[in-house]
Amino acid sequence: MARTHIKNVALERSQFLSRALFCFAVITVLLLVLVGRYWNLQIAQHETFQTRADDNRIQVQPLAPIRGIIFDRNGIPLADNKAVYTLAIVPEMVPDREALLTELAALVDVTAADIEGFEKRLKRRRRPYSDVALKLALTEQANAVLAVNRHRLPGVTVTRQMVRHYPFGALFAHSVGSVRRINQEDQAKLDPVRYSGSTFMGKRGVEKFYEETLHGEVGYQRVETNAHGRITQVLDVQPAKPGQNITLQLDSRLQIAASAALGDRRGAIVALDTRSGGVLAMVSNPGYDPNPFVTGISQEDYRKLADSRDTPLFNRAVNGQYAPGSTFKPIVGLAGISHGAVTWDETIEDRGWFKLPDQKRIFRDWSWTRENAGGQGKVDLRRAIYRSSNVFFYDLATRMEVDDIARFADQFGIGSRTALDIADASSGLLPNRVWKKGAKGESWYPGDSVNFGIGQGSLLVTPLQLATVSNLIANRGQWVRPRMLLASDAPVTGTTPKEPMPPVIGPKPDDWERMVDAMEDVVHRGRKGYRQNGTAWSHIGRDVAYRMAGKSGTAQVVEILQGEEYDAELLSEYRRKHAWFMAFAPADKPTIAVAVLVENGGGGSSVAAPVAREVLDSYLLPQIAQR
Amino acid sequence: MSSQDFVRSLQGPSAVTTNRAGSGVGWDPILVFTLLLVIGFGLTVLYSALGGQETVFKNQLIRIAAGLVVMMVAAQLSPRFYLRLAPLFYGIAVVLVALVLVVGVKAKGSTRWLEIPGVLRFQPSELLKIAVPMMVAWYFHDRPLPPSFRDLLIGLLILAVPAACIVVQPDLGTSILVACAGGAVILLAGVYWRWLMIAAGALAAAAPALWFTLQDYQKQRILTMFDPQSDPLGAGWNIIQSTTAIGSGGLYGKGLLQGTQSHLDFLPESQTDFIIAVIGEELGFLGVCLLLLLYLVLIGRGLYIASQATQTFSRLLCGALTLTFFVYVFVNIAMVSGMLPVVGVPLPLVSYGGTSALTLLASFGIIMSIHSHRGW
Repeated sequence: MARTHIKNVALERSQFLSRALFCFAVITVLLLVLVGRYWNLQIAQHETFQTRADDNRIQVQPLAPIRGIIFDRNGIPLADNKAVYTLAIVPEMVPDREALLTELAALVDVTAADIEGFEKRLKRRRRPYSDVALKLALTEQANAVLAVNRHRLPGVTVTRQMVRHYPFGALFAHSVGSVRRINQEDQAKLDPVRYSGSTFMGKRGVEKFYEETLHGEVGYQRVETNAHGRITQVLDVQPAKPGQNITLQLDSRLQIAASAALGDRRGAIVALDTRSGGVLAMVSNPGYDPNPFVTGISQEDYRKLADSRDTPLFNRAVNGQYAPGSTFKPIVGLAGISHGAVTWDETIEDRGWFKLPDQKRIFRDWSWTRENAGGQGKVDLRRAIYRSSNVFFYDLATRMEVDDIARFADQFGIGSRTALDIADASSGLLPNRVWKKGAKGESWYPGDSVNFGIGQGSLLVTPLQLATVSNLIANRGQWVRPRMLLASDAPVTGTTPKEPMPPVIGPKPDDWERMVDAMEDVVHRGRKGYRQNGTAWSHIGRDVAYRMAGKSGTAQVVEILQGEEYDAELLSEYRRKHAWFMAFAPADKPTIAVAVLVENGGGGSSVAAPVAREVLDSYLLPQIAQR
Repeated sequence: MSSQDFVRSLQGPSAVTTNRAGSGVGWDPILVFTLLLVIGFGLTVLYSALGGQETVFKNQLIRIAAGLVVMMVAAQLSPRFYLRLAPLFYGIAVVLVALVLVVGVKAKGSTRWLEIPGVLRFQPSELLKIAVPMMVAWYFHDRPLPPSFRDLLIGLLILAVPAACIVVQPDLGTSILVACAGGAVILLAGVYWRWLMIAAGALAAAAPALWFTLQDYQKQRILTMFDPQSDPLGAGWNIIQSTTAIGSGGLYGKGLLQGTQSHLDFLPESQTDFIIAVIGEELGFLGVCLLLLLYLVLIGRGLYIASQATQTFSRLLCGALTLTFFVYVFVNIAMVSGMLPVVGVPLPLVSYGGTSALTLLASFGIIMSIHSHRGW
């Protein structure tokens, strides 16, 4: 190799020495920088990081309280709690997700929708090593299968949660109601601490009204968890206080009987204990099974319920508002007696139609037909009730000031919510002059009074309200508000008690007895000949083991035009009239009052009355047999 | 050892110039003793970090023992042997690292391993940590120093070829370390300051352009260092958890086996690259300082041995190996505490892993060989 320079060994050594010293100095400085950095972290900012480390490992976890159980009056649970298991995956612990999902699908039923939901949850921000739910509400069997295979499925977890369960499924869906998932809107209104452990809250029926009482008090535990969220030790526990159990007035045996009596027809039944006002049965048909709403209902199933023309999610018993039809006649009659517009002895001649003076419009009796246009003949108030004479009440209503009738009917709770503890009940509609001016911008016409007299026009009641009317007549004008609650472990909270309702003013005791007698005739007056029998007698009155008072009603859905005839056969099912029947029994000392509505059922006496009788039978016959 | 002691020992009367080869076992008690302290310290912490994984711990014990044997064997060989060996060793290492690019085994997104299935799996880049400084020192050994511009360029070429091979694996961290090892030789060879300044200036000017050559995950790591909270559950997680572990340790630490961050799995890589966080958490600031002090002794002793060597090759190689050792220490401890971006550099002699311990102990063997053959 060609050399141009000679190596200078001494120079090289001293050169090296100075570089080495320089490097050592730099190294010392850099190590001091490290010392400074660690001083800053470990001494200066120690508190901050200590807190951060504790925040990492110590978590305060809310402990959800067990929801109070709802019993019927016989101690049978209508809403209780059961454990559900959720299958979840810790993605960080799964090397091959596709393979795992395939393997899981072979063990338990994992649907495409489950996987879709899982992928969606996976995209949300989460701390590493936290689990992501794959399938909610595992069956017991699936849970067992997973438990056996757990050891060869790293990253798969199964968590347990107590959720609401409705043993009777659809039967009490509308009366007991149900819980639903707490959504963002609810969260804004709820106490964030009290509900920190809760996923569900009562959103329908009794579950909603007694939410405060049923929910219970949240507890908490301070736990040390590892980065995967798994608890390594529990540091401190404040147990949750379970919600109170409550007992309802509902009688599940009567509910089953009432539901069976209605069958698969659309409609509602409300049965009240006359002495307490307790709701013994409340049926709205069709119902729906609330359980899938707790465990997770598929979009498809939900749409099926929500879009059904039969509106299974709609509670007809308290929110269905219908014209009461002829069931309103006893109120008009008692109003007439109270205001002296009519006496029990007064009669009119019913020719089957009614005309206002100077008007062309003809109001017909229900019994009017082209061939048989004779009317009901001589009619007094009692006969007007059991024959349900329209003409009598057309006439009576026009003889009275509309606001007097309205004010009298108001005492029966029509147009208002009188129930003590029924969530979201509708108030119906009791029209009067002021209302009509406000709502329609029109004056009250005499024709309105004519329709009002037979419970048609703008007047609307709910099945619950009509049951209340029936109950009020059964109690001869003495009020008890309808109620769901029979008893609770401790006083219920979060509800404001309502003032008792004053008795109905106007009718004298004798008037009540006479009205009840007239309503007994509706059912029991039979074998008297043409147009002499009670309207319901031929349908239900032949073999009743007890005295029963009732009144049928048929509510128009579409207005029958002048000159047109009502022909049920020709009208489509959904335009047919609604059938009503209200009843109570035993007539002299009632214990139960009931209202039955069959939507688009047709005649009240022929369709609704048999249902009402079945309900009363199944309540009273066992009692009679016992005696 | 303080820097003052170091200076005194450099200037103090040193009569030892004889060749001790062949007269008994060649070793340096100070280095061996300090190394054993560091290794003992490291194993203690590793035992805690492993949380009772006995077999894994035994594995590490065997590797360390093997490393110590390699070190003692390396200490017995003469620097002359290394000088002769250098070109061949370097050549083989470069070929292997080039081979990785062709037939390497892929893991975690980069290709770093060569595998003889069922027999052996190793990273050839690890060899270069010794081969590169050896080769640059070999080149400068009989050339006049400070190096001429031409020699400087050749020296740079020697380190640049393997560094380039490693950087495309991609393994930026190891590539930088290999380049540093070669660069240390050049620095110690006395390259002119003004050239260093110009190089530093050029590098600074090129930095923005270099940014665009980085892989996305590398950019992410750099950005994360500046603001770990920007993605606390993703890229920032490691650094947030490691600083939390260190900071929560305080002055005295939480005690061995008591670290919540490491034992509850908040701290990732707690047995490997991030083990200094376990030291910080469980043994506190004092534990960290003790380890740094031991490292300083090793580095000071290494530089002292280098300065005592009479041959250029020995001097440059010994100094460079020592400086490289420091670079490992600094990069690891700085990155875990969030001062540098996260690169895959283990904490020397403490982190779990065989390859790195083997390389390091071998280089200390070479340093001891240089010590016992300082006259050669």
